[in-house]
Amino acid sequence: MANLKRRHFIQYTAGAAGALVVGWSFLPPRQRLIPGDPLPVAPGQVALNGWVKVSRDNTVTIQMCQAEMGQGIHTGLAMLLADELDAAWDQVTLEQSTLDKIYNNQAEIVDALPFQPDENGSAKRLARWMTAKLIREVPGAIGTGGSSSVNDLWLPMREAGASARAALIAAAADLWKLPAHECRAESGRVLHPSGKSASFGDLAQRAAELAIPKNVPLKDASAFQLIGKPVRRLDNAAKIKGAGIYGIDALPAGLLYASVTMCPTVGGKVARFDATAAQSLSGVRKVFAFEPYAAGLITVGAGTGGVAVIADSPYHAMRALKNVTVEWDHGAASNLSSEQILAGLAQTLDSKSGYVHYEHGDVDTALKSATKTISAEYRVPYLAHATMEPMNCTVQFKDGAATVWAATQTPAFTRDAVAKVLGIHASKVTIIVPSLGGGFGRRTFMDYIGQAAAIAREADGAPVQLMWTREQDMTHDYYRPAFVSRHTAGFDAQGKLTAWKTTSAGSNMGMPDILDGSIKGAFDTGYEFPHARIAHQSVEALVPIGIWRSVSHSHNAFFTESFIDESAFSVGQDPVQFRAALLAGNPRLLRVLQRAAELSNWSEPLAPAPDGAKQARGLALHRCFGSVVAQVAEVSVDLDRKIRVHRVFCVLDCGFPLNPNLIRQQMEGGIIFGLSAALKGEITLEKGQVQQTNFHNYAPLRMNECPLIVTDILPSTEHPQGIGETGVPSIAPAVANAVFTLTGQRLRSLPLKLAV
Amino acid sequence: MTKVKINGQIVEVSAEPDTPLLWVLRSELKLIGTKYGCGMALCGSCTVHLDGAAARSCITPLSAIGEREVTTIEGLHGKEADALREAWTDIDVVQCGYCQPGQLMSASALLQKTMDPTDADVDAAMSGNICRCGTYPRIRAAIHAAARAMGPRLNPPLPLK
Ligand code: FES
Ligand code: FES
Repeated sequence: MANLKRRHFIQYTAGAAGALVVGWSFLPPRQRLIPGDPLPVAPGQVALNGWVKVSRDNTVTIQMCQAEMGQGIHTGLAMLLADELDAAWDQVTLEQSTLDKIYNNQAEIVDALPFQPDENGSAKRLARWMTAKLIREVPGAIGTGGSSSVNDLWLPMREAGASARAALIAAAADLWKLPAHECRAESGRVLHPSGKSASFGDLAQRAAELAIPKNVPLKDASAFQLIGKPVRRLDNAAKIKGAGIYGIDALPAGLLYASVTMCPTVGGKVARFDATAAQSLSGVRKVFAFEPYAAGLITVGAGTGGVAVIADSPYHAMRALKNVTVEWDHGAASNLSSEQILAGLAQTLDSKSGYVHYEHGDVDTALKSATKTISAEYRVPYLAHATMEPMNCTVQFKDGAATVWAATQTPAFTRDAVAKVLGIHASKVTIIVPSLGGGFGRRTFMDYIGQAAAIAREADGAPVQLMWTREQDMTHDYYRPAFVSRHTAGFDAQGKLTAWKTTSAGSNMGMPDILDGSIKGAFDTGYEFPHARIAHQSVEALVPIGIWRSVSHSHNAFFTESFIDESAFSVGQDPVQFRAALLAGNPRLLRVLQRAAELSNWSEPLAPAPDGAKQARGLALHRCFGSVVAQVAEVSVDLDRKIRVHRVFCVLDCGFPLNPNLIRQQMEGGIIFGLSAALKGEITLEKGQVQQTNFHNYAPLRMNECPLIVTDILPSTEHPQGIGETGVPSIAPAVANAVFTLTGQRLRSLPLKLAV
Repeated sequence: MTKVKINGQIVEVSAEPDTPLLWVLRSELKLIGTKYGCGMALCGSCTVHLDGAAARSCITPLSAIGEREVTTIEGLHGKEADALREAWTDIDVVQCGYCQPGQLMSASALLQKTMDPTDADVDAAMSGNICRCGTYPRIRAAIHAAARAMGPRLNPPLPLK
């Protein structure tokens, strides 16, 4: 599928920029093996490159530049390096990396470029090459997002392991006066057929003194010891003892605690406040108002101001806040209502045809000549992240320097945000990133980080931990935007789909149309439509919005996969057969679809649910973050008309599966996250105030509502692709499609609710 | 000063009597394994045992503890706890892990009462513990595996591929 409009634009801009930097642009991309500044080392420890240190006691310390927020990335990345190093798995420990440019996440940005996945033209290749080179040079482009970590680090971390292994072998050869090619590494030792053997720890110092080996060949897949195996998580042991350290577990000496109350209206601030009563309570140190802090450079929706209490304990701070009276300046959003926003989006679609992101053939003529057409309108609401660990950040500002403990997906932005608020140079800020109690995109934003820095400024050099209550976290999120989408399909006399026209409206996160990410998952489906037009009309509101696990795929998969299903039923065809016919030119998607049908016994009758209720299946297929997923949900309805999901079959092609155990975990977690949104998730605003405050009215799925999940990972030798978000998008349409088969009701808005 | 028995030891705490146990544990005693998630008994992140029964420490004021012994994740031990931790490791339950201290406290209280829990027992005991990462299928499988490891059982575990 070509996207001509977009392609021309990018070719033009890439060409113009390229002409300016032509010399630079033909240099090879910056190497990622050796950092600008040597790694800091402990006594008895040496660094063999920017990714691994070896200690005399034989500990191998691997540098982690990505945030562990549950997705298992620390285990996955350690496997890459340890395997190529031939380290013993139990000698491996992990450590947070510095913010050097070698750790910049190239894949996250390059894969966000708006190209069709199947396209492979020179414009796309040039744009990707240029962007990759650019990202290499940008200080602080470190981040965990876009399901990109393994994709980005698959080669750099293996190369680092292989280089370190070659260095250790060279050291052994040097020590033994034997040819290096006769030596080999195994389980943390270098061995020679003569029986000579030395541990990595014994060889490390000598290895570090030799030149760093470059371009060392990587292992053939047949030689992998860890890569591709269902290795168990490294972080499990601490976390089941209660010894996992998260943001809220920072415990610097003399720690004080802060709690805040923000204006209930998004984007509002404090007009006046009276803290007399609060100030006299025990444990209270200071009560003050703070300004709104921005969440980032290009975010939609302003930060919100409020009042902070610094106290001796979190409870003292929270209790005191209840005794502060605040008069709010509700600001520009005081009349905002999510119901009106959604109605406005629908109205917009009455008059606007949107920015065209994909056009093929002549869809309007094809629709006119179609034997049959169907049309439908779909909607999704705002959604909160509701990470289990609420937003928090601990800052100590003392003697012109800051130390920050922040469970963040973007450590360099965090450093810069703190430096800006405190008016100090970024080099004066030290960032410590503990485990994240969930991220889902929320922890890429800086609003609470700026607040924490401003609060620390008031603490006379003492460290202060700012922790939001669940209520603050829920009502001051950066929400997945609401969307409305209209769809029309045309068919010929044989029931073949000939035309596909969709236009959605909603926030594109303040990006120019050309870089609009909110269309991903709609304009890049794998289906081949004879005539198609896929457009999006950007409409911004004052609601703070942000990236939410799987971003635009979270709603576009629901729209596309529901309407494909409607299309199939409207011409009396089986939904699997119907999709297969549109995927004749896309064997990768077809393979996943067919396996899902087989795994779920698609064509066999389905037994009733345990309580005797009738069950039906629904299927959805979606490509995102380089991976392809199909899910089949088995659904019934209880006596209260409540939708229940009993089993989900999930088939995945994610390229080479680095760790099948972690991949299954992420499919299970993604499905449950997506199902929470599909069945229950909805954030509404009235008078600019978010109505949901805690887990009673924004309720994630619970144990008794959780389906059984069976995941099948298809074998592949291709470059590894995204996992962390990939499980989310398909479940809502799979369930909605099953509900249609079961009840005849086509539910076109989320969360799914049956008419009673 | 209030005397409380926590993890086998009598400790004196200075927090005021209305202070929820959660904050006594976390900020005064530095027992930070117990987590805050909602403050309203909605999520189970703060679950501890009071005389072996699961309780939400976020809504339990210090004054309400009395003679009862508090057990936190740091002090959780014994046959059930060992079996659960082993199953949690074998099955690799944990994702972000933030909810897991609470999950393990609820699961061990369940196994202490019910040697051989059915799926309905698991639902009843565990549905107060939210896991935003979605580890429920593995928690269920791990509870069954732990129960099985501790002795003969009646209900077959759910298959987990
Ligand atoms: S923090 Fe106590 S139940 Fe949520
Ligand atoms: S493991 Fe992350 S919330 Fe349960």
